[in-house]
Amino acid sequence: MDFWDWFIVVTKVLAVFLLLPVAPLALVLFERWTLGRLQSRIGPNRVGWRGSLQTAADGLKLGIKEDTIPAMADKGIFWFAPVMMVTPALAAWAVVPFGPPVDVGRTFGLWVADLNVGVLFFLAMGSLGVYGVVMSGWASNSKYAHLGALRSSAQIISYELVLGLGVLAVIVYSGSLSLVDIVNAQAGLWFIVPQFIGFLLFLIAAVGETNRAPLDLPEAETELVAGFHVEYSGMRWAFFFMAEYANILLMSAIAATLFLGGWHGWTIPGLEAISGVGWFVLKTGLFVFAFFLFRAALPRFRYDQLMNFCWKILIPIGALNLLAAAALRMAWS
Amino acid sequence: MPSWVAVVLLFALAFLFAVGSLVGTMALKPRRKYRAKVTAYESGMEPIGDARGRHSIRFYLVAVTFLIFDVELLFFYPWALYFNMIDDRVSLFGVGAVFLAILATAFVYEWRKGALDWNR
Repeated sequence: MDFWDWFIVVTKVLAVFLLLPVAPLALVLFERWTLGRLQSRIGPNRVGWRGSLQTAADGLKLGIKEDTIPAMADKGIFWFAPVMMVTPALAAWAVVPFGPPVDVGRTFGLWVADLNVGVLFFLAMGSLGVYGVVMSGWASNSKYAHLGALRSSAQIISYELVLGLGVLAVIVYSGSLSLVDIVNAQAGLWFIVPQFIGFLLFLIAAVGETNRAPLDLPEAETELVAGFHVEYSGMRWAFFFMAEYANILLMSAIAATLFLGGWHGWTIPGLEAISGVGWFVLKTGLFVFAFFLFRAALPRFRYDQLMNFCWKILIPIGALNLLAAAALRMAWS
Repeated sequence: MPSWVAVVLLFALAFLFAVGSLVGTMALKPRRKYRAKVTAYESGMEPIGDARGRHSIRFYLVAVTFLIFDVELLFFYPWALYFNMIDDRVSLFGVGAVFLAILATAFVYEWRKGALDWNR
């Protein structure tokens, strides 16, 4: 444990940390361009080259906007809720493997930490996000926020079961909870092939977990205005947005890691690390794009449909799929 | 160095960033409060009563059901892990199947009782 070890760790932590402010800006811009195209309109095109600085300008603006605290609100909790949203959304990035191990004098992996409970850590951080939702809805003391928070928390915990079932089917094959081991186990065959149903479950659950269209009931603007963060403004509101997009990116990265083989792909000889990271980014981007396509193409569910879909269709399928995966694993060995 | 140190570092950094930028922007933002601005948003009407009123018992039921199923799902993690560690996979599969069958019985009971029907 010398200076360079610490230097590498701190550099990695800082690099991942910088994702938080930058990634949401890029994603929102990308989403607005995509939606613009898909809806036959222009999208952002004023600030910077083809509107490329639009979200940066929006971010700056939000920083200097007044953020009100409603008079009837529970001030401490109201203040703390956005922090509670953002912190776990970023901390979960600690276990995401971005690329293969690099050897420059000393060998280190392109991940912050290779926890042997990586998958559980990811699920735990996902669960912590619910606290932010409940806290903001409760503290706002507004009817829309209250209803939105109730709906959102019920939805998130329901779809978390589906998420868990999808992940479990992968673990039957990988035999490890470490995300690095899971990627290594996919060197020959990506887990999407034996676990296509698990993959679909994970994808649907990821959309439900992040409260995105078509499962964006908490934010159903025609009924609830903006759901749990209706009373938030300025920097605090920006944090909810940041957390949402950080979570979209996280879910995409984890989906790429669990099912599409993470950094595996054809490599340029001598540039294994760079092409590995390239593959990872490409696969993650694919899922991010899918999130945007869903939003553009699919109408919103009704709330009872959403819950029935989860409990009566997805969870039984997930349980059967887990058994099927285990049976397949038994026959395969 | 144990790997959790990096996780704690990232966690602390994220937390400090969130708190820090909330505090940091305090100096930049205007503060002009008046009554209409600080009342809860209710489509432009005066808010009627307290927002923390009664709500559907369904949400409570979902929370309880989630708790049960999530805890039972946790038992599957070691089970799934052991598929790559032991040779006698058939009996391991049997154990999992029995456990899942018990879980399924409870699930079917709940379904029949209507705990999963949202609008009833």
